[in-house]
Amino acid sequence: MSEVRKHFVQILVENRFGVLSRVAGLFSARGFNIDSLSVAPGLDPSVSQMTIETQGDDHVVEQIIKQLNKLIDVIKVVDLAEFSFLSRETLLIRVNTNSRPGDRDEAFRIVEIFRAKIIDSSPTTYTFEVTGDEDKIEAILNFLKPLGIKEVIRTGKVAIAREDQRLSGKNASRPHPEGELTLNRP
Amino acid sequence: MKISGAEMLLESLKREKITHIFGYPGGVVLPIFDALYKDPSLQVILTRHEQAAVHAAEGYARSSNTVGVVLVTSGPGATNTLTGLADANMDSVPLVVITGQVPTKMIGNDAFQEADIIGMSRSCTKHNFLVRKISDLPRIIKEAFYIARTGRPGPVLIDFPKDIILEKAEFHYPETVSIRSYNPTIQGNRWQIRKAAQAILKSRKPVIYAGGGIISSNAHKELLELVNLANIPTTLTLMGLGALPGDHPRFMGMLGMHGTYAANMAIHHTDVLIAVGVRFDDRVTGKIAEFSPNSKVIHIDIDPTSIRKNFHVDVPIVGDARVILKDLIEELREISGGEDAFRHFQPWVAQTSEWEKEHPLKYAYDKEIIKPQYVIEKIYQFTQGDCIVSTDVGQHQMWTAQFFKFIRPNTWLTSGGLGTMGYGFPAAIGAQKAHPGKRVISITGEGSFLMNVQELATVVSLDLPVKIVILNNQYLGMVRQWQEFFYGSRYSSSFIGQSPDFVKLAEAFGAVGLRATRPEQVEDTILDGFSRRGPVLMEFQVDPEENVFPMVPAGGSNIEMIFESPGEKDDPKKRDSILTA
Ligand SMILES: Cc1cc2nc3c(=O)[nH]c(=O)nc-3n(C[C@H](O)[C@H](O)[C@H](O)COP(=O)(O)OP(=O)(O)OC[C@H]3O[C@@H](n4cnc5c(N)ncnc54)[C@H](O)[C@@H]3O)c2cc1C
Ligand SMILES: Cc1ncc(C[n+]2csc(CCOP(=O)(O)OP(=O)(O)O)c2C)c(N)n1
Ligand SMILES: [Mg+2]
Repeated sequence: MSEVRKHFVQILVENRFGVLSRVAGLFSARGFNIDSLSVAPGLDPSVSQMTIETQGDDHVVEQIIKQLNKLIDVIKVVDLAEFSFLSRETLLIRVNTNSRPGDRDEAFRIVEIFRAKIIDSSPTTYTFEVTGDEDKIEAILNFLKPLGIKEVIRTGKVAIAREDQRLSGKNASRPHPEGELTLNRP
Repeated sequence: MKISGAEMLLESLKREKITHIFGYPGGVVLPIFDALYKDPSLQVILTRHEQAAVHAAEGYARSSNTVGVVLVTSGPGATNTLTGLADANMDSVPLVVITGQVPTKMIGNDAFQEADIIGMSRSCTKHNFLVRKISDLPRIIKEAFYIARTGRPGPVLIDFPKDIILEKAEFHYPETVSIRSYNPTIQGNRWQIRKAAQAILKSRKPVIYAGGGIISSNAHKELLELVNLANIPTTLTLMGLGALPGDHPRFMGMLGMHGTYAANMAIHHTDVLIAVGVRFDDRVTGKIAEFSPNSKVIHIDIDPTSIRKNFHVDVPIVGDARVILKDLIEELREISGGEDAFRHFQPWVAQTSEWEKEHPLKYAYDKEIIKPQYVIEKIYQFTQGDCIVSTDVGQHQMWTAQFFKFIRPNTWLTSGGLGTMGYGFPAAIGAQKAHPGKRVISITGEGSFLMNVQELATVVSLDLPVKIVILNNQYLGMVRQWQEFFYGSRYSSSFIGQSPDFVKLAEAFGAVGLRATRPEQVEDTILDGFSRRGPVLMEFQVDPEENVFPMVPAGGSNIEMIFESPGEKDDPKKRDSILTA
């Protein structure tokens, strides 16, 4: 048995009625996990692009990929674990800013550090938009916790393979400046 | 000229060379039935239940290697097809099932006889379509047939709303299909085929394990050629019976839970396992960790998900079994330089023959009580195998698989994957429709038969000469056997002695009923029943406590076969293993 790992699976599907439930139904029917999922139309409006974050050992992931390919409406499936890739997620976060004096300034500082954006404010709250990889998202949530997070809405992760980075198996990925920057920021 | 959706459907079916539709009418599909009334070139076989219509279409399809077509109404008509769809999906049977649907504007409103059949059937069809525009209809039908019969075959459902059934439009049937997201692989990879040929040539103890994929791909000639060329001992799955003639000297019988000693021993000791069109089902492998432990595995299958789903594979070859076997035979001829190259299999062949002699399939004939196996043997002798046989699910199914020799493909109809009681009799009806001149026999149990008994009305009204053989053991026998072995003989809900009088039942429907209660009546009953023209039901009252042997207790290793009742009365360890009856 190989170890259980996280995988990002990119699925190109026909942009048709019911496709999402076919894909989601396959995961539930076969007992595969979906940790996050995002769907949107592709550049060509006749297709949709899905990114599914899942986990499993090599054997399970091989079956996931094959079963997805078997769905008639699925055009292409890529397991990004075979590539070096970047993943991002966007969060909308509403935090309290009036529990203690200075909270509003603290919130503002965190926004700066993480290059988040304030998209709405009220006398007692700020609402941020922040985009980043998993580490950055985890970090900002940790920083904001003491203020009191009222609500978090997440898009789910999307991922893209790096240009010319087709790697055979488990080769270490070359650090990408942009990726590392956001990662090490705080 | 503009025609209605209903007429388009019929035109399209004719373009697909369809001649028979199994179905049942109702509200929203009345316009289609009305169009059928006016069009004698499509024959409707009215079953008495929609589930039976699907099984009949399965029997039709499997016995003739074509696509079976079903037409039913919305709501309950559609939901009644689900068991049949799941059955066809498991056993890879090509079907196109058309369900009526409430008008497009009413979908989702809990309209009268609305059911979300698209949602419900998603996981038990190969694909399904909701027709949303009349202009899509011809393409959808074309694609449905293409998807059903190509690649790994399976059922496709088309949900057809009433407003579109009625709407009129110009009709253009597409000549060709191209689905960018669906392109089954046909040709096997040359390099992999070479590797397979080399492995076979180098092996000392090869075994062929072939199944339903041989039947689907029509590869029986190629399989026979391979077996003959290299003299390789061969076993077939339940779904593969008939893929190699049952009387071929290298045929070791079925493998698996109720397989033969020789087949299971050979699989256990082989060094190169040549798996073709099989899916390593748990009834075949038993305890997977101990299945074929020392072999290099070659697996030929058109469906990549079958490969490495349950079992490791060393040489996977994705593609059509027939095409790949042809190439493999050619490759073997080329690199071996003649049949002498396979001489070194001789000791192995001798070993497998030895195993066959050690534990042949057997039962104890009895003068006082009819043994079910005896009835099957006698039917085989009487027909010489020149017939189509269907079964239901249970002990009678296993005995038929063991004691009837299937000589040709497409003559054996059984529900393997889902194990659907109630499959057999309607499947025989479908087969009889496809082969009007052929003898079609439905071998069933008194339990299973009652699950689609209403179809007696179908055979009588259509005067179909199906011969029904009920092996009445007064029990849900397969369940009783498990209760005997693993539940301390506590026959909870498995005794069904209060069956109807089957002879009278047949007569009530207008068929002939015959009964045999003693061994000496068996041959006469068969002779009498089979020489009559129309539908005949023959009830054989057989030994209630006969068991199916050999048996690999569920979850056990395949070489732990038992040949008699284990006698350990209550065995939670065995009974609570992952598999159930
Ligand atoms: C009570 C009961 C007891 C049973 N006991 C046994 C038993 O003892 N032994 C036994 O064998 N079975 C038994 N079965 C049946 C078992 O459950 C499975 O249905 C059966 O073993 C599957 O057969 P198969 O592997 O041939 O696959 P099938 O279900 O017939 O599948 C066919 C395979 O071939 C592939 N295929 C299809 N078309 C092609 C093509 N053109 N080219 C290449 N490949 C193709 C498919 O992708 C698939 O992998 C039992 C069933 C019941 C109900
Ligand atoms: C629809 C359905 N329900 C339940 C079962 C479980 N089951 C498997 S075999 C069997 C007994 C079948 O009895 P019968 O038709 O009399 O055949 P026998 O085993 O006695 O030959 C049952 C209940 C099944 N396979 N299908
Ligand atoms: Mg019975």
